[in-house]
Amino acid sequence: MSSPAELSRLRARIVALEGVGADAVPGAVALGLPELDAALPWGGLALGCLHEVTVAGSGSGPGSGPADGAATAFSAVLLGRLAAGAGKPALWISRGDMPYAPGLAALGLSPERLVMVQPHRAAQCLWVLEEGLRCRALAGVLAEVRDVDLTAARRLQLAARASGVPAVLLNHGPSGGTAVTRWGVESSPSRGDPALGVGRWCWHVELLRCRGRGVDDQGRVAAWEVEWDEQARGLRLAAPAADRAIAPGRLRAAG
Amino acid sequence: MSVADALAVRPGLALAADDEAADRALLDRLADWCSRYTPWAAADPWPHGFGLWLDVSGCAHLFGGEEALLRHLGGRLRRGGLSARAAVADTPGAAWAWAPGGSGSPCLPPRGQRDALAPLPMAALRLEPATVATLHGLGLRCVGDLYGVPRAGLAARFGRGVAQRLDQALGHETEPISPRRPPPDHGVHAAFAEPIARPEDIAEAVRRLLERLSGQLEADGLGLRRLEVTAFRVDATWRAIAIGTSRPVRAPAHLLRLLAEDLPALDPGFGIEAMRLAALEVAPLPPEQTGLGAGTARSDDFARLLDSLGNRLGFDRIMRLAPQQSHVPERAVVPLPPAAPMPALAWPQRRRPVRLFSRPEPVEAMAPVPDSPPVMFRWRNRTHRVVRADAAERIADEWWRRTAPERDYYVVEDDSGRRFWLFREGLYGADPPPRWYLHGVFP
Repeated sequence: MSSPAELSRLRARIVALEGVGADAVPGAVALGLPELDAALPWGGLALGCLHEVTVAGSGSGPGSGPADGAATAFSAVLLGRLAAGAGKPALWISRGDMPYAPGLAALGLSPERLVMVQPHRAAQCLWVLEEGLRCRALAGVLAEVRDVDLTAARRLQLAARASGVPAVLLNHGPSGGTAVTRWGVESSPSRGDPALGVGRWCWHVELLRCRGRGVDDQGRVAAWEVEWDEQARGLRLAAPAADRAIAPGRLRAAG
Repeated sequence: MSVADALAVRPGLALAADDEAADRALLDRLADWCSRYTPWAAADPWPHGFGLWLDVSGCAHLFGGEEALLRHLGGRLRRGGLSARAAVADTPGAAWAWAPGGSGSPCLPPRGQRDALAPLPMAALRLEPATVATLHGLGLRCVGDLYGVPRAGLAARFGRGVAQRLDQALGHETEPISPRRPPPDHGVHAAFAEPIARPEDIAEAVRRLLERLSGQLEADGLGLRRLEVTAFRVDATWRAIAIGTSRPVRAPAHLLRLLAEDLPALDPGFGIEAMRLAALEVAPLPPEQTGLGAGTARSDDFARLLDSLGNRLGFDRIMRLAPQQSHVPERAVVPLPPAAPMPALAWPQRRRPVRLFSRPEPVEAMAPVPDSPPVMFRWRNRTHRVVRADAAERIADEWWRRTAPERDYYVVEDDSGRRFWLFREGLYGADPPPRWYLHGVFP
C-alpha cells in the first residue's frame, strides 16, 4: 500500500502544492559550503522565500536576544551571500542597536551595499519588511523581529513570492512562523590551541526545518559545526572538537 | 475704558483675555494664506500694528483689478469670521493710513497719496502714541500739517521717526515688504472656478500641477528634494503637506505616489479654491535618456522604496554606515544618508564585534595578573569563565579630545564558546582603580 514510490510521489505533490519545489522558486544562491547547499532542496538559499534564524540551545535565555553574536553573524553571512550573488543592495531592519559595520564587513556583508532602517515601532518593522519585499531592486531584506504571527508571515511570504526577493528573519523571540527554512545557531568553542588565543569564529548550525525535507529523531534536518574563514571570506566545516586533554608529548616537554 | 465701565454700559458683553501671542500666530497663518494672492505677503512687523502686508504689484489683474482683489480678499476673510479693512496704494504707508477710515474708493490712484493723506489724523502715519500726543500739543493734527514743516526742525525735535514715516507714506523713501516665506524659485499655482472637495478631484489637481512643475524643472535640469503642496480653502485657512526625496526626482508618477499617502491630510473643509506646489529644495538632475535597458528602472525602484520609507519613518531613520577615520570603536562608524557617496576609507583590519553596545556595560571581572585578560567575569547576572583570550589592543582617545583614560580591549571566549569584547579602563595601581566593561559581542 505505502510503497516508497507512492510516498515519494505524494511528497512531490505536497511540495508542488506548497509552492516551494526546486522549479517553483525563482532561483537560489549557493552558500558556498557544499555540505550546507546539499541539505537544501534548491542547492542553496531559495530566493522569494522567508528564512528564519533563531538562537539555538541554551543560549536563548531572557535578555540575551540581540546580544547573541552567533545568530546575528550567521544572518549577516546569509544576507552577504544574497547581496554578493545578486549585486544589488540589501536592507537591514532593526529597532534596537544597529549591528556594528566593521564586524559585518569582516563577515562578507559589505556596508556599501547595506541600507539600515530603524523603525520606531514593531508594527512599522513589518511594514518596512513588506515594502522591501515588494521592491525588486533589492537582493534581500533582513529584519530583526521578536514576534511574527502566522497571518503576517503568510503576507510576507506572498510578497516575497511575487517579487522573488528573499527575507531573512533574525528572530529574537519565540520561534513559530511559516518560514521555508529555519536555522538555529549558537556559538561553539573555537578550534586550535587555547594558548594561541581565540581562533576562527565557530558556530553550531542546525537546520531545524526545511520545506520538502523531513526531520530526524532529534527534530532537525541536519546539523554542522561551521567556521568562518576570514581570509577566504567564506564558510567552512570546522574540525571535530579538539580533545581538551593535553597530549603526552607536550606534557613531557613542559615538565 | 475699564471692564466694569464697559459692563455697566452693556451688560451682555462677551469678554475675552488679550492674548497677543495668539493674535500674532493667527496673523502669521493669515499671511501664509494670503500668499495665494501674491508671494510677497507678510504680517505687520510694527509692534503696535496688527495688519497684513501684500505686495500686489503685477498680481491684481489676475483677480480682475485692485478693487476686485480687495472684494475677493474681504469676502474670504468675512467668511472666515474676521472683519478687516483694506486699501491699495503706491506705498505701504499710504495704504496703511487709507485703510481704517478712508471714504470713497479703497484704492488710491497712482501718485494720489499726497492729497489723499493730507486731511487724515496724525496717528495714520504709524507713529508712537506719545509722539502723536506731542505733535497734537504743537498744533499739528493732520498729516497735511506736516507737509510745510521744515525737516531740520522735525528731526531735531523727534529724531528720524516722524520724517521717515512721512517719507515712507509719500513714497520719498522705500519701504520693502519682506515676505514671511521666501517665494520658491520653482512653483506652480492653480485657482479653481468652483471650490473642490472630493478626494479624486484633489488628486487630479495635484497630478496636473505636478506635470507642470515637472516641465519647469526639466527645462532647468533640476530635480526635487522637497516639495510642498498648499491648499487654500474658501474660509481663509490653508493646509499644507510636504514630502522629501532621497535624491532629486521630477517624475510626476513617483511624486504622486509619495504624496498619495498624505493627500487625505489636505482636509478640504468647505472647499479648496486654489492650490500651490512649491519646490522648497531642488538639486541638479540631468535630463534622462529613456528606454535604455532595465538598469535605470531598477535604481528607480530602489529610490522609490527609500523615499516611501523616508516619508513614513523620517529620513533620519534610514542610513548607510560608513567608515570614519578613528580608532575609537564608537567613532569608527558614521551614519550617512543612503544616497550620499561612501568615503574611500578601509574598515579596521583588527577583529571587530558584530554588535557594539552604544553604552559599554559594566562587568565585575577577576583579573589576577595586571595587564592580562580576566579569568572570569560576571555580566547580566551570569558568570562567564574565560577559556581563551587574545592579546590586548590599546585604544586611546584622539589627543585633541583626550578626556577618558585609555582602554585595553580583549577578545575573550568563555567556556560555552561565546565570544565577547571586554575592555579595561584605566591602569592597575593608578587612582581610581581600573574598571571593566563589556563593549560588544563577537560572532
